[in-house]
Amino acid sequence: MTAYYVTIGLEVHVQLKTHSKMFCACSTDFGQSPNTQVCPVCLGYPGSLPVMNRAAIRLTVMSGLMLGCRINPYSKFDRKNYFYPDMPKNYQITQCDKPLCLGGGVDIEVNGKSRRIGITRIHQEEDVAKNLHYAKWSGIDYNRAGVPLMEIVSEPDMESPEEAFAYLLALRQILLYAGVSDCNLEEGNMRCDVNVSIRPEGQKELGTKAEIKNMNTFKGVFAALQYEIARQTEVVSSGGKIVQETRRWDADSGQTFSMRTKEDAHDYRYFPEPDLMPVALPEALVAEWAASLPELPAQRRERFVRDYGLPEYDAQVLAADKAVGDYFELAARRCPNPKAVSNWMMSDVMRTLSEKDISITAFSIPPEALAELVGLTEAKAINSNTAREVFSIMLTEGGRAGEIVTARGLAQVSDAGAIEKVVDQVIAENAKVIEDFRSGKAAAFKFLVGQVMRLSKGKANPQMAGDMLQRKLSN
Amino acid sequence: MLNTLSLHEVIALLERRECRSQDVVQAVLEAIGQKDGRLHGYLMVNAEEALAQAKMADEARAAGHKGRLLGVPIAIKDVLNVKGQPCTCGSKILKGYTSPYDATAIARLRAEGAVFLGRTNMDEFAMGSSTENSAYGITRNPWNPDCVPGGSSGGSAAVVAADEAIAALGSDTGGSVRQPASFCGCVGLKPTYGRISRYGLTAYASSLDQIGPMTKTVADAALLLQVMAGGDPADSSSLSAPVPDYKAALRKDLKGMTLGLPREYFVGGLHVDVERRLQEAIEVCRGLGARIVEVTLPRSREAIATYYIIAPAEASANLSRFDGVRYGFRATGAEDPIDLYKKTRAQGFGPEVKRRIILGTYVLSSGYYDAFYVRAQKVRTLIRRDFEEAFKACDAILSPVAPTPAYRIGENSADPLQMYLGDIFTVPVNLAGICGLSVPCGFTAEKLPVGLQVMGPALGEEAILRVGYAYEQATQWHQQRPGSLS
Repeated sequence: MTAYYVTIGLEVHVQLKTHSKMFCACSTDFGQSPNTQVCPVCLGYPGSLPVMNRAAIRLTVMSGLMLGCRINPYSKFDRKNYFYPDMPKNYQITQCDKPLCLGGGVDIEVNGKSRRIGITRIHQEEDVAKNLHYAKWSGIDYNRAGVPLMEIVSEPDMESPEEAFAYLLALRQILLYAGVSDCNLEEGNMRCDVNVSIRPEGQKELGTKAEIKNMNTFKGVFAALQYEIARQTEVVSSGGKIVQETRRWDADSGQTFSMRTKEDAHDYRYFPEPDLMPVALPEALVAEWAASLPELPAQRRERFVRDYGLPEYDAQVLAADKAVGDYFELAARRCPNPKAVSNWMMSDVMRTLSEKDISITAFSIPPEALAELVGLTEAKAINSNTAREVFSIMLTEGGRAGEIVTARGLAQVSDAGAIEKVVDQVIAENAKVIEDFRSGKAAAFKFLVGQVMRLSKGKANPQMAGDMLQRKLSN
Repeated sequence: MLNTLSLHEVIALLERRECRSQDVVQAVLEAIGQKDGRLHGYLMVNAEEALAQAKMADEARAAGHKGRLLGVPIAIKDVLNVKGQPCTCGSKILKGYTSPYDATAIARLRAEGAVFLGRTNMDEFAMGSSTENSAYGITRNPWNPDCVPGGSSGGSAAVVAADEAIAALGSDTGGSVRQPASFCGCVGLKPTYGRISRYGLTAYASSLDQIGPMTKTVADAALLLQVMAGGDPADSSSLSAPVPDYKAALRKDLKGMTLGLPREYFVGGLHVDVERRLQEAIEVCRGLGARIVEVTLPRSREAIATYYIIAPAEASANLSRFDGVRYGFRATGAEDPIDLYKKTRAQGFGPEVKRRIILGTYVLSSGYYDAFYVRAQKVRTLIRRDFEEAFKACDAILSPVAPTPAYRIGENSADPLQMYLGDIFTVPVNLAGICGLSVPCGFTAEKLPVGLQVMGPALGEEAILRVGYAYEQATQWHQQRPGSLS
């Protein structure tokens, strides 16, 4: 049986986080009533002219810098001509041969294997309107028309659906770090087309590719690729030929369907947009923007290990989401033991977030407050059980850990005399268990410590209580 | 006879309170009533609203308000957006469209108090040189109703020449202000590309289009330019260079000025009377103190071919938006969106517009783009350099506006190529992005007006206005009026 190599390239459209549209002052707010965020420019009225949104250019360049691209000192816009009801002007303003960013790449890791996926280019363009279809008629919502997009085109470097999936996740993480987009898939902030081909083992030149559109989620991309690879493999291994075509992914049936073949491919008749001046980006300006870049997720992971002494695993979990990483750093800087903060975040904090289904930015305990709580535990002012109790009080009622401990008398008892009293009482009341302990039952000791904690209402320093029990019982 | 006055004369009377704006508008409306049935310069006359605006202007003046154009009626080519008014561009496809906004040039005129009394006829989407391509009927030349008024701003030229307007606006992509001004015997100014914002000017060829005044005198053109010129954040191609005081540039002599005559423009093919009037005009300029030199514009012969690649290419995209979906005409009985486009555009556009859309689509097509569009852009650069070179040796260049005077209605309409060649002296100015002025310089034996073109370098409006003004003051051509239309 012949083995087939898979080649995948992705084109990802990312909606940029700007207040106004690419070429007019209309708002980019999502979810407003249809056609309430429109003007003569984004409706393509006669005589209207586009004006460049500088913020969008900056965000695209920032993305390029984060992805290691070269920034084109001279870039320009072009018209891409085709007729479709979602296109107000029936041409899209985009960039053809002089995009803002060239080259670059994204590092991914799949099954322990690290690879760098190349980026060909990033160009700036405007979004189209949204067609809404009803039983007997269709409507067009132009609120989205003219929203700034960047298209990130990858090299055909990916060899499996897993790599494509990892690339999308890594790309999204970097863009979120850069703060250039909300990358919200439900709101269509990130949309992806894939190009995929297969070739038999031993063949050097790439096979004929198919382009697949209409995946709304990363999982959809993964599933579409799996389906398409299987389809192409079947066609080729049964002696058939792949035709160059555009196919549509149908999530409901889990299949791809042919939309159009190469023969009826559009001739977009690109030509330079005469209504916009070329974009010249002076080196000094790009350098200024570069200086304001946040670090990459990978850099942050390394820094967490280096500066906070976190294990690799902790660093990876905490740096995965920029906001979580930010929270961690704010708390860790206020706490002598960052690893303890990490433990709290990876257990109680993350659990709470997932139970409440909220993001860290909506988490009610501020990082300083968490740092205070961890600090009290580290200083042995409270023991870990008490800390959990304080945490849940902070969560439901708010307040600072120190105040809660004082107000409720939860401070850990480390006074040897006071602990000794309780220990003596436990020894006196548990003769049977002590016998078990002496006969070698390890569980018995844990029970005795538990009794000390119970009688001290959880406040006894468990370390001291254990030591004291051990000493007295071994006498 | 207030309607026969120039813009400056009307403003002087209004300022001296010797007449009211309402009287001026009334006089213009009366002239329209008498003549426009035959002339058909206007597509729409906004009588009631214009009179109401005039009344408000009179009240404002009485209350001490000022405005350089307070209460002055101006006719607008039907290609410029005026809020609340139609803007058909002479096309069926924009039937029923009402502008939701003012073009920047209109907003600037409005801010000075101008009254917008009507929309003038034009070749559909400014594509044509005779106004025969309007979907709403032809416009006649006031000097001879059997002749065309020129185009594409033929309506504006005709109504100014026939005293159915005090002044008008046109647009010039390849000569559409200057050529009809020449055919109708009025003044037409095509400013430097970007000098007046294009925002609100329905695009024909974006890299060539420019709004221009069409007036009875050079000083009037200077005044309208003064009000409209200047950078506009809504038009990225507009020029932010400071706007000089154009009036200060107007002088009665040409002492110290050097005027160039392009060798290539005087090599035969000119109508005999056009050539004579031009030679006479050159002598007048010499008599006013100008030094006359020969210059060369070797790439001019390629200008028409270059223009008819670049302009249709841009137009093919600019006109894509007219699809029946959002505004204007929509064909009935469509099966699906693509069918809607096909039917709407097939029924909505006239033959010349279709010809240029097809031409533009062709030259941008994959496989032809480099041979046509890219090459045309290179030639365009050479044409621009020709002018840059020529203007090192002179302050302005004199030439005919068109090789012929106004021709008979229908004479050229069956031969588009012949019609295109009529733009030979005006098109290079648009391709080079420089400025040009058409000034009346006499008549043919058949009493048809002839225009003198004064071309200037980029932002050289002061120089060409000075030449035009001095020439105009030394001659009386601009004071001649056509007889009553019969």
